[in-house]
Amino acid sequence: MDKREKVLERYAARVYKNRKEHLVQIEEGEHPSIAANTRAIPGVMTARGCCYAGCKGVVVGPLKDVCVITHGPIGCGFYSWGTRRNKAKPAEEGGKNFVPYCFSTDMQEPDIVFGGEKKLELAVAEAVEIFAPSCIMICSTCPIGLIGDDVQAVARRAEAKYGIKAIGYSCEGYKGVSQSAGHHIANNGLMRYVIGTGDTAPKTKYSVNILGEYNIGGDGWEEERILKRCGVEVISIFTGDGSVEAIQNAHLAHLNLVMCHRSINYIAEMMKTKYGIDWLKVNFVGVGATCQSLREMAAYFGDEALKARVEAVVADELAAISGDIEYYRSKLTGKVAGIFSGGSRSHHYQALLRDFGVRTVVAGYEFAHRDDYEGRDIIPSIKEDADNKNIETIAVQPDETHYRERYSPEELCGLKEHIELDNYEGMMPDMSAGDVVVDDYNHFETDALLKSVKPDMFFSGIKDKYSIQKAGFTSRQIHSYDYSGPYAGFNGAVNFGRDVTMTLYTNAWGLVVPPWKSAPMLVGTIGGE
Amino acid sequence: MRQVAIYGKGGIGKSTTTQNLTAGLGEMGKKIMIVGCDPKADSTRLVLGGLAQKTVLDTLREEGDDIELETVLKVGYAGIKGVESGGPEPGVGCAGRGIITSIGLLEQLGAYEEDLDYVFYDVLGDVVCGGFAMPIREGKAREIYIVCSGEMMALYAANNISKGISKYANTGGVRLGGLICNSRKVDGEADLVSAVARELGTQMIHFIPRDNAVQKAEINKKTVIDFSPDEPQADEYRTLARKIDGNDMFVVPQPMAIDRLEAILMEHGILD
Repeated sequence: MDKREKVLERYAARVYKNRKEHLVQIEEGEHPSIAANTRAIPGVMTARGCCYAGCKGVVVGPLKDVCVITHGPIGCGFYSWGTRRNKAKPAEEGGKNFVPYCFSTDMQEPDIVFGGEKKLELAVAEAVEIFAPSCIMICSTCPIGLIGDDVQAVARRAEAKYGIKAIGYSCEGYKGVSQSAGHHIANNGLMRYVIGTGDTAPKTKYSVNILGEYNIGGDGWEEERILKRCGVEVISIFTGDGSVEAIQNAHLAHLNLVMCHRSINYIAEMMKTKYGIDWLKVNFVGVGATCQSLREMAAYFGDEALKARVEAVVADELAAISGDIEYYRSKLTGKVAGIFSGGSRSHHYQALLRDFGVRTVVAGYEFAHRDDYEGRDIIPSIKEDADNKNIETIAVQPDETHYRERYSPEELCGLKEHIELDNYEGMMPDMSAGDVVVDDYNHFETDALLKSVKPDMFFSGIKDKYSIQKAGFTSRQIHSYDYSGPYAGFNGAVNFGRDVTMTLYTNAWGLVVPPWKSAPMLVGTIGGE
Repeated sequence: MRQVAIYGKGGIGKSTTTQNLTAGLGEMGKKIMIVGCDPKADSTRLVLGGLAQKTVLDTLREEGDDIELETVLKVGYAGIKGVESGGPEPGVGCAGRGIITSIGLLEQLGAYEEDLDYVFYDVLGDVVCGGFAMPIREGKAREIYIVCSGEMMALYAANNISKGISKYANTGGVRLGGLICNSRKVDGEADLVSAVARELGTQMIHFIPRDNAVQKAEINKKTVIDFSPDEPQADEYRTLARKIDGNDMFVVPQPMAIDRLEAILMEHGILD
């Protein structure tokens, strides 16, 4: 029996019927299809988060010059405070950075009964008075949707009253099937109210935005360092260490680099339609992947001087890290891994693991859509359901003043033969026969796959990290990097190699034999003897 | 302590009927508390002689949790205690949650004294959400009376409310005590309401004729028994009070399909 069947056989018929579409074992020469972005089954211990987590926690939370106010009871604000390790520092000495703060209206029972708009207005007034932000964003939690507070109206009033930018998001936790809905809602807000409102033009010929880079553990900083060395100007980052001040000029950049396709593809596509800016799916996680991404970017711009500079930087960076990489490779090569992440990393990290000779045999996502697994070509065949229709899709038109195409359609076709331009081919084509892919993975399936696959290491999030570790497996957090990082770029690869080696060779839980494994823990008598 | 909830279509006269009825019970020497469960907070105006007290929720909002029972609970005609839960202005917040909060707070404050004979909940219109079903949840009102008239929409609402009751009756202990017909002078009204009541498995416990005495008393912020005790209408309310005090017919209602309800209306000539 294959690994997939072994996991699924334990399910009751109804659960089996649902889950079998979400759990795929890749077969030789096949392009498997997977069910994704549908409701989790009640009772299954899904690892998913909520719509609010996607909007506030992922996309708008990292914007350092924005006071992001969580409108709701205190729990949602508190538990999304500083837990994602999206690092930020002020743009200049003494500049603003609100990322370490948590702003919440702390709604109480009377606010639910009588409505919370007044309290929200007070919170906005207080934030303006104390912090003088140039932008405020309001993120709604579940009860806001139930009692109908109009956060958009409060935002409009705040703009009129204080002369700042204010955006309200109806990202109530219950919306959609996962945090993916929140990403979309946040993308819509940034597109409507921020992108295109600035007029600071790039200073150089080759400028980019990095989309879907949240600067976990400083990843974005490492990417920016490398791009700068290559002579490429980074206009803005969405949204790790990002700012409204920067992304309002994003429409003037020459190219969008897309890291996390899932959380930001909406903006990439809308900017293509509205401003004609192409987007390139990159992966700066992994040495080989970083080199390839840089080369594809240089190929897009088509400038020989830039290509030469990229090659020089690559050579220099590789020379600096090759000793470390070789050492960790000698410690890790031949191992197999599993990765469960949100909607991108399970693909990105396979490249980095390959650099160390580690093969990924299990990969899963919490909230990815089918295109993240199978590639964007299948998008027309995705069936819309009531859940995804509930999340607004906005239509944009070419901008009269700013729309410009770098290449003619014919030239683009030529480019696309060599680079992944305006497209993403998904994770599964990079995996091999026998590998297992799981959508909306859950606690039971994690346990079951560990038992049947027995990987040498497993990368996951805080919810399952410790249960995996206590089962004796090398377990590291790939969402927050266990207080470490950066893992992206050249220097990040060394950090990753070091951390994984350290954990693999300090497998305390694998060495411990729990008492119940060697002696019975229960003492009893039979028949009153 | 008998806990009674009064439901019925909006504008049918629930508050008027409840207060006149409790005046009758009060006259009989019963100890009564009325809990108004309507954001408009007009359920105790007649027994207290005007809109006398602050609502529970307004007090909660203004003074925090440290609330004295005396601030929200006032005593009026025949020793009847009145309290208004209150709620948000229309269009904001959550009135249903308000009812739940308010009743919870009254319990904490000890408003439900042991020596009360009756607690009446005067609940707004329909059972639109969980909050407005609060008075008939486990451990609260055990009996319900629906105020209606011979008008079609009032009976339609009565049938709908019965659906809500049967849901709670199956899980909790709440029962329907009867329909109170507050006459709108519709042709054959008493027969029609009786027929609907029978179909629901209950009774029309009393038929209150339409009388201007009610209007006059209301303008003077009083119940009929208080303002004009010798009017025949005062006796109608006394009768209703006696019937409810002696009522022993408590049922799980059998709500009708709409077709059946319409057939009964046809039968009694309302559609002529």
